[in-house]
Amino acid sequence: MSVAACFVPEPNGEAGQAAVGVSDLVKRYPKSPVNAVDGVSFAVRPGEVFGLLGPNGAGKTTTVGVLTTRVRPTSGSAYVGGVDVVRDPVQARAQLAVVPQRSNLDRSVSIRHNLIFHAAYHGVPSQERAARADELLEQFGLLERATSKPDFFSGGQSQRVMIARALMHSPRALFLDEPTTGLDPAARLFVWDRLRELQAQGVTLVLTTHDMDEAAALADRVAIMDHGRLLALDVPAALIRSLPGRTTLDLTTGPPDGPTDDLLGRLGELPGVERIERAQPPAGGAGPPVDLQLRLYLSGEAAPLVAPAATLLADRGLTLTDVRIGTPTLEDVFIHLTGRTLR
Amino acid sequence: MTTSMSQLAPATATTASQRQAFLAVLNRDLYVTWTELPVFLAQVILQPLFLLLVFGKILGTLGYTRGGYAELLFPGLLALTAVVTSMQTLAFPLVAEFGWTKEIEDRLLAPMPTGLVAAEKVLFAALRSFIATAIMIPIGVIVLGSIPWRWSGLPLFVVVLVLGALVGAGLGLVLGTLVPPARINILFSLVFTPLLFTGASQYPWPSLSRVRWFQVISAMNPMTYVSEGLRAAQIPQVPHISPWICLLVLLASLAVLMSVGVRSFYRRAID
Repeated sequence: MSVAACFVPEPNGEAGQAAVGVSDLVKRYPKSPVNAVDGVSFAVRPGEVFGLLGPNGAGKTTTVGVLTTRVRPTSGSAYVGGVDVVRDPVQARAQLAVVPQRSNLDRSVSIRHNLIFHAAYHGVPSQERAARADELLEQFGLLERATSKPDFFSGGQSQRVMIARALMHSPRALFLDEPTTGLDPAARLFVWDRLRELQAQGVTLVLTTHDMDEAAALADRVAIMDHGRLLALDVPAALIRSLPGRTTLDLTTGPPDGPTDDLLGRLGELPGVERIERAQPPAGGAGPPVDLQLRLYLSGEAAPLVAPAATLLADRGLTLTDVRIGTPTLEDVFIHLTGRTLR
Repeated sequence: MTTSMSQLAPATATTASQRQAFLAVLNRDLYVTWTELPVFLAQVILQPLFLLLVFGKILGTLGYTRGGYAELLFPGLLALTAVVTSMQTLAFPLVAEFGWTKEIEDRLLAPMPTGLVAAEKVLFAALRSFIATAIMIPIGVIVLGSIPWRWSGLPLFVVVLVLGALVGAGLGLVLGTLVPPARINILFSLVFTPLLFTGASQYPWPSLSRVRWFQVISAMNPMTYVSEGLRAAQIPQVPHISPWICLLVLLASLAVLMSVGVRSFYRRAID
């Protein structure tokens, strides 16, 4: 488990100490009856990968908009690298970089010049710009296309260029919006690897995503947002563990030769079993005997129950033919918290 | 609060880095203009060149215009070049950048105030406008054989051109931030064409007293005061609006356009 598990979120007002933090953040857009962000607080440690998870309209984009100086909050505060982004957006911009979901590359110049000009905007000394651009282009597998203009790039390539561009001024915090949505599996893994390298270098990453796999694969901690509010914030494993009765144990045996009510009762008495479902045999009772298929809903870990369950079954002459442990995912956490799916 | 220290400490460094960011963005724009020089020249020169050729040369040669028309047309075409070039330089890219290419985001995230991003666009548009206007002068000599020129009128000429370029940039800033991307055609049909032909560039404004309604319309176009100001500088013998009125109206237009434009720019840049 990640060390971040030990990290206790800082209380409100200390967001300024964190690499990235918001405190009681509220944003209401003009003419909107509700708050797009409604009192959100969190603090991201330096070097942490922080996932903001939520469906479209949850408020995650607005939250990141405030942090990246593009949205003015209605109230509350936001900090990046110790800088108050509302009071000093110019200094805050020097601390951060943004990788949007859709390309916003400069189409008039080559990708190499995209990187070089970006560095110039951020005051990287001119003698360092070209060398750094080439280094990053090589790292991102783009060196042989350095002189091409972005128009001819695929989504995955543009994504890589934008990440490389973002790194030109060595930001303390990198904000990525759906970094691998719509990329093919190979491109996705490539981007994930680069992001893990950045994490290893101590760059703070904030990902907004509605992709559970992405959040689970990359994030040290995940914040789940919906309707502008923070519903949960923890390491993915802890979020999943917090789910009541979400682990399942599927047991399959050969066909039973008698009533099973007593067996189900005994299984139900095993520690941690909350409920048992039995796949119903075909109606009418005719036909060949069918296998016994049971699903046990558990409050805790499934593995310790496999042996006692097998013993109970064996006592009745039933042999296990299949065992499956169903572990809940972040998706289940999200459904549990919000009552709806992400997409 | 702990942040007050970190805000105070790098204040001077920030001023320097803001200037650096501003110049870097300007440098990028100049670089792109340089790499696309033929496109730039075609874009800014063809329109006034053809107006000059047809109205100044061809119609005169055929006897449809009186002698001296080319003389009063030329300052008007310089005014048109100055205003339209800076307006086009700003308006069209801005609609696209805010609307769909989103290229402006990388500049908005540069460590400088949002207002400086707008200011860079205005300065760059004005620079392109100066270049285009300067190129029109030798073209005028070639097409017309000679152009009206008075060295004593040079200071007024330069001041009016600078104001014309900035007013054009102000118009571009307003249009570029207010026109929604889907309505970019409106810029052409509803704005550019009327602006082109009501700006006193093809006629001296006082002569319109015989067509009163058109005179009123022309008086509402800031380009009129650029055309008239340039005539006052170079061909004062032709009846023209007093240079002081031209300068005052141009300064007032500039103030209004810039305050509306910058406010609108902020609205598009920051939610």
